[in-house]
Amino acid sequence: MGTAWNWGVFLQETPSGGATYLGWLLTGLGWTVGLSLAAWAVALLLGTALGVLRTVPGRLRPGLAAAYVEAFRNVPLLVQLFAWYFVLPELLPRAWGDAIKRSDPLLQQFLAAWLCLSLFTAARVCEQVRAGLGALPPGQLQAALALGLTRFQAYRRVLLPMALRLVVPPLTSEFLNVFKNSAVASTIGLVELSRQSQQLVDYTAQAYEAFIAVTLLYLLVNVAVMLLMRRVEARARVPGFIGAR
Amino acid sequence: MISFQGVSKWYGRVQVLDDCTTRVAKGEVVVVCGPSGSGKSTLIKCANGLEPFQRGEVRVDGIAVGAPGTDLPRLRARVGMVFQHFELFPHLTVRQNLALAQREVLRRSREEAEVKGLALLERVGLAGHADQHPGQLSGGQQQRVAIARALAMDPICMLFDEPTSALDPEMINEVLEVMIELAGQGMTMLCVTHEMGFAKAVADRVIFMDAGRIVEQAPPAEFFAHPKGERTKDFLSKILGH
Amino acid sequence: MYEFDWSSIPGALPTLARGLLVTLQVTLVAVAVGIAWGTALAVARLSPQAWLRWPAAAYVNLFRSVPLVMVILWFYLVVPQLLRRFLGVSSATDIRMVSALAAFALFESAYYAEIIRAGIQSVPKGQLDAALALGLTPAQAMRRVVLPQAFRNMLPLLLTQAIILFQDTSLVYVIGLADFFGAAYKVGDRDGRLVELVLFAGLVYFLASLAASALVRRLRRRVTA
Repeated sequence: MGTAWNWGVFLQETPSGGATYLGWLLTGLGWTVGLSLAAWAVALLLGTALGVLRTVPGRLRPGLAAAYVEAFRNVPLLVQLFAWYFVLPELLPRAWGDAIKRSDPLLQQFLAAWLCLSLFTAARVCEQVRAGLGALPPGQLQAALALGLTRFQAYRRVLLPMALRLVVPPLTSEFLNVFKNSAVASTIGLVELSRQSQQLVDYTAQAYEAFIAVTLLYLLVNVAVMLLMRRVEARARVPGFIGAR
Repeated sequence: MISFQGVSKWYGRVQVLDDCTTRVAKGEVVVVCGPSGSGKSTLIKCANGLEPFQRGEVRVDGIAVGAPGTDLPRLRARVGMVFQHFELFPHLTVRQNLALAQREVLRRSREEAEVKGLALLERVGLAGHADQHPGQLSGGQQQRVAIARALAMDPICMLFDEPTSALDPEMINEVLEVMIELAGQGMTMLCVTHEMGFAKAVADRVIFMDAGRIVEQAPPAEFFAHPKGERTKDFLSKILGH
Repeated sequence: MYEFDWSSIPGALPTLARGLLVTLQVTLVAVAVGIAWGTALAVARLSPQAWLRWPAAAYVNLFRSVPLVMVILWFYLVVPQLLRRFLGVSSATDIRMVSALAAFALFESAYYAEIIRAGIQSVPKGQLDAALALGLTPAQAMRRVVLPQAFRNMLPLLLTQAIILFQDTSLVYVIGLADFFGAAYKVGDRDGRLVELVLFAGLVYFLASLAASALVRRLRRRVTA
């Protein structure tokens, strides 16, 4: 390894030509951000639906949602990823499996990572939404029903708007986790940020510079997300409301 | 208008309502009182199906509340309810609170709902507060908005579940005034309350409940002057002291 | 339909057991060091001295902002080079286990620090005041009065974090260290039975985590009773 710092390495061209090492890093950043946002979108929708399911009366629907959460919570993320990437194509009907295996490797990697991250995170969002709904006074649902709203309308217009506002802080945490968890996709070859850091160490000899740069980029993403969520929290604030009774 | 026939309810092994039978005729104002745990709130929540019951029958305007085929949301839209803790929706403005059910359930247009809502706000004396959030209002103001919200649905009768119990004393009157005015206009009302002044002023009948049972019922003059049961006398002596 | 063939597994059990041993080693060391160092960090974060507070906060925030994968790679690709230069360790030594232990221990400490900090703050201030009023030094008050209560309150969360750690150890895959999952993958890859081995590993983790979580729930009920 070179003993001298060489920050200029980022502006060097890669052996394959056509890009600088900095370009590689930015590509990696792009994939990380893209994957994370795509997964978070699904996780938020699915997780909210599951969180609602856990609070409806009866045993079947809450039970199914609870089983979902347990399934995705007790298996390591890496194992889940490998299941989606290696196992799923084998278990599908032959034609589908072959179609997947023949498609663009990058697409395969992205899809597996996206599915994995979405479903994993949805389980966590479910628990947060459930906690938020549980923190609401029971009278809110009763008042909504007493006005003649159906349960669906009550959840949509009264319960979820408040519950989601209550759980913005823990949801922010989960949102940040998605970006961190996206790094697991490097194990199946997706060229996201942490994989690019490994590539840089392999190709250049400047391990320190590479790692510091990548670490800074992850920190940057963190800061950006926190600023965004702070804005969201400000807009979601309900005048005169301090917290659930 | 509202009739209870032999209504009994259990929470698991505990019986909370025991063979309750009574009716509220159109235009009548009936007050329900009793010690805490006597089942008063549970009884009136059976009237709009918020509490299910295992035995007996409850009918509102002829419709059986407990029957499997009954369209509960439809029924509830016609029965107004006011809660002890107001239960306004904190994330909506007063205007939006009043309009929500009108638009979602009665399918009124935005303009219709707003006009109606504002008229009712005027009636309860809160016209200027339409664009505030519930958190910015006092308890008495919130409860008056809650009454307006229920009235916005043009209900055939109103249920009140201890509407002033969560209020500071100086705000109780502003809410009672609205309720008295409502009674004066012929609204059918079933109220759980400790406010005996209200009962004396407008109630047609007072019901005393204890341990899930309807123990005694009589017009207020008779009820307060000549209570029949020991428990009734006991209860009255405790609460009429204030 | 895929034809399952589980025959690889029985023969591979010794390899898998060795992998499981690695998993448990990393988990236990990381939990032990994580709690110890995490406690120090938590106390530092709550200290009135800024020179203690700031570095601790910076440490915790840094390690909580980067992926575990990156930290593992840091300790594998970068830190050993430093060690080699300064300590003269030969480059032939297999430092994968050591770097994994270091990475996990230091990473988890940041998470434990936050749990313990919340635990300390959940102890009513009156407790500390009473201890000081009795003449205990701040250090004694912390050690004898506050920390024991904080740990009692936070025990379920500490254990839950350990379960998360147990699952996270699978990430040593990125440096080629054969933990339980790494071993399962190797066997599956070698025998062409990756599907069966991945599913098997998933099932083992699932059952282990489920059982551990159930125990923690039992414990939580006992503690709050």
